Amino acid sequence: MWDYSDKVIDHYRNPRNVGKIDNADAIGEAGSLACGDSLKIYLKIKDGIVTDAKFQTFGCGSAVASSSILTEMIIGKTIEEVKKITNKDIADQLGGLPPEKMHCSVMGYEALEDALKNYDDYTDLDDIRNEEEANKQREKIVCTCFGITENVIWDAIKMNGLKTVEEVTNYTKAGGACGKCKGLIQDIIDTYYKKEEHEKTESTLTPAQKIIKINNVIEKQISPELMKDGGDITLVDINGNKVMVKLRGKCSGCKNSHLTLKAFVEKTLKDTVDSNIEVVEVE
Amino acid sequence: MNLIYLDNNATTKVDPQVLEAMLPYLKDEYANPSSVYDFAKHANHAVRDARGVMKDFFNAKDEKEIIFTSCGSESANTAIRGVLNMNKNKRHIITTKVEHPCVLNLYQTLEKEGYRVDYIGVNSNGELDLAQLEEAINDDTALVSVMYANNETGVIFPIEKISEIIKSKNKETKFFVDAVQVSGKIPIDVQAMGADLVGISGHKFHAPKGIGALYVNSKTLITPLIIGGHQERGKRAGTENVPYIVGMAKAAELATDHLKYEATEVKRLRDKLEQNIVKNIFNARLNTGVANRVPNTTNIGFEYIEGELILLHLSDLGICASSGSACTSGSLEPSHVLRAMNVPFTAIHGSIRFSLSKFTTEAEIDYVCEKMPGIIEKLTNLSPFQDELEALKRLRH
Repeated sequence: MWDYSDKVIDHYRNPRNVGKIDNADAIGEAGSLACGDSLKIYLKIKDGIVTDAKFQTFGCGSAVASSSILTEMIIGKTIEEVKKITNKDIADQLGGLPPEKMHCSVMGYEALEDALKNYDDYTDLDDIRNEEEANKQREKIVCTCFGITENVIWDAIKMNGLKTVEEVTNYTKAGGACGKCKGLIQDIIDTYYKKEEHEKTESTLTPAQKIIKINNVIEKQISPELMKDGGDITLVDINGNKVMVKLRGKCSGCKNSHLTLKAFVEKTLKDTVDSNIEVVEVE
Repeated sequence: MNLIYLDNNATTKVDPQVLEAMLPYLKDEYANPSSVYDFAKHANHAVRDARGVMKDFFNAKDEKEIIFTSCGSESANTAIRGVLNMNKNKRHIITTKVEHPCVLNLYQTLEKEGYRVDYIGVNSNGELDLAQLEEAINDDTALVSVMYANNETGVIFPIEKISEIIKSKNKETKFFVDAVQVSGKIPIDVQAMGADLVGISGHKFHAPKGIGALYVNSKTLITPLIIGGHQERGKRAGTENVPYIVGMAKAAELATDHLKYEATEVKRLRDKLEQNIVKNIFNARLNTGVANRVPNTTNIGFEYIEGELILLHLSDLGICASSGSACTSGSLEPSHVLRAMNVPFTAIHGSIRFSLSKFTTEAEIDYVCEKMPGIIEKLTNLSPFQDELEALKRLRH
């Protein structure tokens, strides 16, 4: 027995904008038959405005309600406005969804995202969401039972502030079947919050604090490592995120000094101080 | 809006006669049956008489073979743990892939405790693979555990035949039958079944929730699950739940009287419902074979639509049924029973179980038959798989 809101009940009883648009300007899909829910959304777009939207859904009451309300939310909106809609907005408009049913709102969001991706004039959604690391890695499937990628899990964590594996399962279904990927999901959660923590410290450092921190890391972490191999490093200057150093001892003139500089010195500073740091060697 | 309750495999309505029989023990006859004074005599005799009735219900040889428990899950846990604890040197168990979760989850726990468990599969009609079962039995097999009938499909397993197979392979192997879904639907005869332990639950046959029974053959030793007082001959501690024990015994008497009605009238209404739906709805399919089922259960798959949505629309008309769909339970996984039967994904999420009772009327069945096509048509129109549905329609016509 689910405690559905009146709005959810109204929308699954009387779904709005059901059907197909024959000459749709954009079509998006999410989910699959095997998963137990699947959604198709059709958009008609004119002069940057969504003039019509229709949907077809195979899914439970909250899946139909999420799709139905989503069409109402986007008709008459500009593409820019539509791009800002998240799964949380969908759930909020419905007056909330039971936690185990949040994945229905995520599916609505995914279908919309897919439709916008397929729309010609559309620029990369990753820009809008300011997602700097949408790399190949994140296309990797984490939950093989439901075919859920790391990207989907990452976005769900980010948009909804999910903290536990159980919450991720409620929102994305990942881990809900055999459960083998629960360890991986925990890793993604850990990585996300480590990154967030890291970004927080980055943005709160004043320029002076940053200089001190860079200096400390070089002296206490980097230099001792290089000294083990008979080399050393001196900090010459810092200009914003550009860190100028001089390699000394065996490091200076070493054929691999460029590698040491990028793979070790720069990486250590990026990991500990600021991911935007660039290290250059000066004479 | 009238309530049409077609979810009797989940639980049943308490029969008014059962409630009537229980009331004295909830009011004036509140004595502890173990007490020595005269006032306790009625309660004591009530439990004794109820045990006699349950002995007959199981067709057991001796009323000492009956243990009262709190529910079907407790009956199963007592039987399984009890037998294994008594045979600690044997570490192998055989069960089926389609058991009720109360049993399946226990076996998964036992696997973690070091037991080896074989899960026997079923065919697409839901029938057990007896050859696989026979092959799995070995000298180390402590227990074979098979449900009498499946709760989702109603398919009956050939218990007598299974018992013969077990005895021919290993005479020491104990046989537990989870008979929760057959009680009140077909006769239970533990002697003919050849089972060592048989569990049932009162609320499946019009007794209230909170009472169950376990038959343990006098040759089978078990340890108690609940340790404490001397009740139930040391096999289940805890003061006897007198009113509920009396209620279950009354329900057992009534059920025995109704077995013929179940086999004829309830079956007729079930058959009418399923034949009507499968005939009139092009994307409906029966998920089991037609034979060897308890008379009250049907499991129908509606292709390309989702089960919870069907249930919600039925509920709007006052009709109660259940679904093997993932969404209903919140488990995210569709029914393990229908998956073991290889029901196609197109239908597994849209599978609905209707389970009738002696209280189901013809008018109710007619109403469901009348309303079902409209609901399914509305939901079919919502489906994104219109091309597939079109192809299916052409195929079926």
